[in-house]
Amino acid sequence: MTQDYQDGNALAGPLAELFTVDVTAATGRCVSCGHTGRVADLRVYAQAPGWVARCPGCEHVMLRLVRSPDAAWLDLQGTLSLRVPLPPA
Amino acid sequence: MGIVSPGFRRRRRDDDVELPPGQYLTQDFPVLSAGPTPNIPLDRWQFTISSEIGQEYQWTWDELLELPAEEPTVDIHCVTKWSKLGTTWRGVSLDLLMEEVETTADYALVHCYGGYTTNLPLEDLLDGKAWVVYEYEGSELAPQHGGPARLLVPHLYFWKSAKWVRGIQLQEFDEPGFWESVGYHNYGDPWREERYAGD
Amino acid sequence: MNARLEWRVAKLSGVHHETATARTLQLDVPGWPGHLPGQHVDVRLTDEDGYSTQRSYSLAAPADGDRIELTVQRVKDGEVSEYLTDTFSVGDPVELRGPVGGWFVWHPSRTAPVLLVAGGSGIVPLMAMVRARRQARSRAPFRLLYSVRSPSDQFYASELRRLARDDGGLDVATLYTRSVPTGVMRPPRRIGVADLEMYGWPPQFEPTCFVCGPTGFVEKVANSLVGLGHDPRRIRTERFGPTGG
Repeated sequence: MTQDYQDGNALAGPLAELFTVDVTAATGRCVSCGHTGRVADLRVYAQAPGWVARCPGCEHVMLRLVRSPDAAWLDLQGTLSLRVPLPPA
Repeated sequence: MGIVSPGFRRRRRDDDVELPPGQYLTQDFPVLSAGPTPNIPLDRWQFTISSEIGQEYQWTWDELLELPAEEPTVDIHCVTKWSKLGTTWRGVSLDLLMEEVETTADYALVHCYGGYTTNLPLEDLLDGKAWVVYEYEGSELAPQHGGPARLLVPHLYFWKSAKWVRGIQLQEFDEPGFWESVGYHNYGDPWREERYAGD
Repeated sequence: MNARLEWRVAKLSGVHHETATARTLQLDVPGWPGHLPGQHVDVRLTDEDGYSTQRSYSLAAPADGDRIELTVQRVKDGEVSEYLTDTFSVGDPVELRGPVGGWFVWHPSRTAPVLLVAGGSGIVPLMAMVRARRQARSRAPFRLLYSVRSPSDQFYASELRRLARDDGGLDVATLYTRSVPTGVMRPPRRIGVADLEMYGWPPQFEPTCFVCGPTGFVEKVANSLVGLGHDPRRIRTERFGPTGG
């Protein structure tokens, strides 16, 4: 098996451009297989025109992020839900 | 754009050739991938062109290799800004594969082993502009570069030259592929620097 | 609460060599907001033609005011790491943004036992935790397993020896994979379940486990820890992928 991926920790910087919460600590659920785990544990393929984060259970694409000079595109259609930990209200 | 880092030079360069705007020259062959490299046994490999009315035209690996091959030498341009000149490939022209296909479709959606897709107008696959290639520089195409076979459409950014190609769906409507649906340009002409949607 | 991230211009204020191919960079970052051990920064390099590329590097130590430290391992054909280890000079500016990453972090207020497992340059964020523990005078019991090729590839060797001697509650085991210094009984080999059992914490102690290194190393260690009975929810991992250059 080739290990040509990083993990979701690598998304912390790119996603922090968009969100003020740390999305890598959030728990995501895969549309394809139902696997539930931290965004930090996704398999991230960054040697590509964008960031592609795949489910560690079934390799389904859970998140895609493309950054152009003046915009970011975020696709989460592979993620059924995200649970974001927050400080008590 | 950021500040210039003193003394930082990208690796290797050659300023004498004309490149599409914003591109730089590379001698090596960077590997880009959006997922794991699929393992495709040749006895199970198949290439399928599906017409807009659902008619399918299929080739096995052996059938593909029996077709007359061409050896295009072309320049390739990746949207991540590297260009590589004079690359030589061996494979079958899409004109040949499309010869028997009855269609009035205007668009093609390319499908790959591993799930990747990319879209382009059908006319960009015809008239000697595209191939299904299985050799690179005289050797069989390595898996990390798209082997056993990849699409080669060198006049567009290289993400259109889909690795691990499995088939082409002909359609009357245009459907954005993997990168085209998340911010990349729908057509991707490097000479007009069509990198992102809206460029 | 974090603000949205922006690129800042840092200046290299000092360097020192860790090994023949790795060095620690001290950077002054005006307005640095502070960080937790385990967090990282993105570094961006740009050349005269506008070609630009970025990489992530772990912060190696707690911040000292506006001063931060990164330790960078030179990677073969890695254009960013080669620049940062060879060309980048004191006084030069560089763009970075951070701190980022809220998952692979240790909070110095935590008192639970901690198991750190480092493979090669994966020691960097774990060293930040060891240093933060000392700075906070934390009594949290720490065990560090550091898998490294040979003595000459070790980062922070003398500091780790000193900390292990002086800091109550910190144990350090260095596990060599290629060649060992004289006097070390364990033959050179890759880290195994037996090492994790001998030098780690038993799962009943419920340690928080931080594993950092190359992808294959991390997968193997994390699987071994689960096999030993550690709760996967207490195992946090950080993998170096192909873009480590």
